[in-house]
Amino acid sequence: MKNIDNIDKFLSTSVKKLKKYREILLANLVMVGEIPSPTFKEERRVEFILNRFAEAGLTDSMIDDGGNGVGILAGTGDKETRKALLISAHADTVFSSNIDHTMEISSDTVTGPGVADNALGLAVLSTLPYILEDLGIELKNDLVLLANVKSLGKGNLEGIQFFLENSRLDIKNAICLEGIRLGRLSYSSIGMLRGEITCRVPESYDWSRFGDASAILTLNEVINKINEMKLPGRPRTSIVMGSIEGGTTFNTIAHEATLGFEVRSESEEVVEKAGETIQDIVMEVSSKTGDQIEFNIISRRSPGGIRYDAPLTKCARKVMKQLDIEPRLSPSISELSALIEKQIPALTLGITTGEQIFESNETIQIEPIYRGLAQVIGTILAIDGGYCE
Amino acid sequence: MSNLQSWIDNNTYHHSEFWDLKKLVDIKEKKNLKISLCLPTLNEEKTIGKEVIIFKSEMMERYPLLDEIAVIDSGSTDKTLEVAKNYGADTYLASDILPHLEQKRGKGENLWKAIYQLKGDIIVYVDADISNIHPRFVYGLLAPLIYRDEIKYVKGFYDRPLALSGGVRTTGGGRVTEILVRPLFSLFFPDLTAMIQPLSGEYAVRREILEEIAFPIGYGVETSHLIDVYSKFGLEAFAQTDLDKRVHENKPTQDLGKMSFGILQTFIKRAKALGILDKADHTTLLRQFQAKRDQYEQKLIEIIEDERPPMIEIEEYRKKFNR
Repeated sequence: MKNIDNIDKFLSTSVKKLKKYREILLANLVMVGEIPSPTFKEERRVEFILNRFAEAGLTDSMIDDGGNGVGILAGTGDKETRKALLISAHADTVFSSNIDHTMEISSDTVTGPGVADNALGLAVLSTLPYILEDLGIELKNDLVLLANVKSLGKGNLEGIQFFLENSRLDIKNAICLEGIRLGRLSYSSIGMLRGEITCRVPESYDWSRFGDASAILTLNEVINKINEMKLPGRPRTSIVMGSIEGGTTFNTIAHEATLGFEVRSESEEVVEKAGETIQDIVMEVSSKTGDQIEFNIISRRSPGGIRYDAPLTKCARKVMKQLDIEPRLSPSISELSALIEKQIPALTLGITTGEQIFESNETIQIEPIYRGLAQVIGTILAIDGGYCE
Repeated sequence: MSNLQSWIDNNTYHHSEFWDLKKLVDIKEKKNLKISLCLPTLNEEKTIGKEVIIFKSEMMERYPLLDEIAVIDSGSTDKTLEVAKNYGADTYLASDILPHLEQKRGKGENLWKAIYQLKGDIIVYVDADISNIHPRFVYGLLAPLIYRDEIKYVKGFYDRPLALSGGVRTTGGGRVTEILVRPLFSLFFPDLTAMIQPLSGEYAVRREILEEIAFPIGYGVETSHLIDVYSKFGLEAFAQTDLDKRVHENKPTQDLGKMSFGILQTFIKRAKALGILDKADHTTLLRQFQAKRDQYEQKLIEIIEDERPPMIEIEEYRKKFNR
């Protein structure tokens, strides 16, 4: 890896310089965050971001057929040798449109549903062209800005996968932006299997099975058995019991109950094996109780990524060190894994600190944003300068 | 009446007509206009930060329509001033402006003192309690003044015609407008019923008008502005812009009672001064609003409050009951 000392100059004064963009960044944050954007309904948010791209003079901005917002800041390098660096932020949130999306700004925080995940990532994405131009930063390579849709939950990364399948751009590296947490450095993805188990009992009440004819009890049986599964310590593996739904009221037997879970492991084989075991559990409980149990796999990810000592990771760590950001290494199962599947060296970076994540009073701190932003620009400069190859 | 409809057609805008902010800034600069934004406040720490940030970013830095953003405060006990100052607004305590005058406390006081304190040829006033704040609240009000020299006073109103289908819908103001102000205007100032939301707290006004009119300190300020500007300059001085949706906290009915009482005092004072109180005797048309898509029209409803005399005056009655 070459020396990145010439970027140090930018980094040493960057936080002070970037404070100048506070109002513009926060205005974008508020305006983007107040547009509800549940998965599959991200159009209005994407349109807003596209307007920002157009205002910043990104003539090549468009909404692709997958619904993603794409803007290209053309590099100054030779057209033949120029590469593309992708910066992405997912445009969807876990909050439904019915929730009040009003943002509140105090002197040091911003509060509102989805402000951290991922209105801030989108605000940085849509303000970047303005900031780069104002700072007089010209990149040799093309910067491709992507507000990708259909990322979370049942969206299952459909948006970014569509973009990577269909775009003709030659993407060499990528950075995924997440509002929190500053210091986050993801460079690999873990194996993952996300599934739903739904138990159904017949609507007619069976007095002969007094007490146990309930979908909740059947699901409970499934959960107990999943809980008893032996998982290896190495490769690291875990099962997240994420959500549970079922029944309607106190005195009516639940006819339906659903468990949402996720198996995560560093090993694809372990994930597969766990999936098969859960399938066996489902069949066993179903035949024992006579209830109908359905097992649906919502999504899968393969483990992979670059190494801790890969040039791109090293570069990012160096930039973070310069800015006194303590890297927190964590594997990812979000956009990063779609990039990894396409063999594109990529990182996920967080922008600031925050709390009450996924609550309607999700809150982020304003002050760390400047360092988060400096880290993103510093890493872009390092990649553009060819220091991460 | 067709005159009133033609005023509505010619002077009622939707903010989306002014999407070309660059053009607006060019004309503003060509006309050498200075524009000030005044945000009157009293304990608005929850919403003021966002308003200042959005207006500063969008209306000063990106599109320099505003030359200053000022918060004029009635003595907040929360962090309103600290937050506003932190994000770059000029902050003033109303009591520090023209301090030798007797102290009065109310929103109208802040609006009035802004005329003295701020530099603009146009002052745009926006309430500080709007939670869905957007740059349209400023450019939607300013654009008619920037484009048309004959317009002096632009009032905001809130409707959502672009989101609706073709059917006819009733439209208009809040409860106090529909229950008190519109009936009063129907009786005494029928032309002013053309204002869809006479009580909205968002308006932009040229200095030459502001310096010529009195300011009630409390609830009557919006009503008095309309009456005074209308009396001095006529309906042609006004325009109104649909600013879409405005989200703010709903007031309880008792508060609306206080507001109505203040408005009524202001109104009667003016009606007396203009010698028009008798006018009510022969007016029976109530003027409300309806809209078809983005076309607004007045709905005239004849309400004749006919009366019967006391029964004792009827001969048949007296005979029947031996009275």
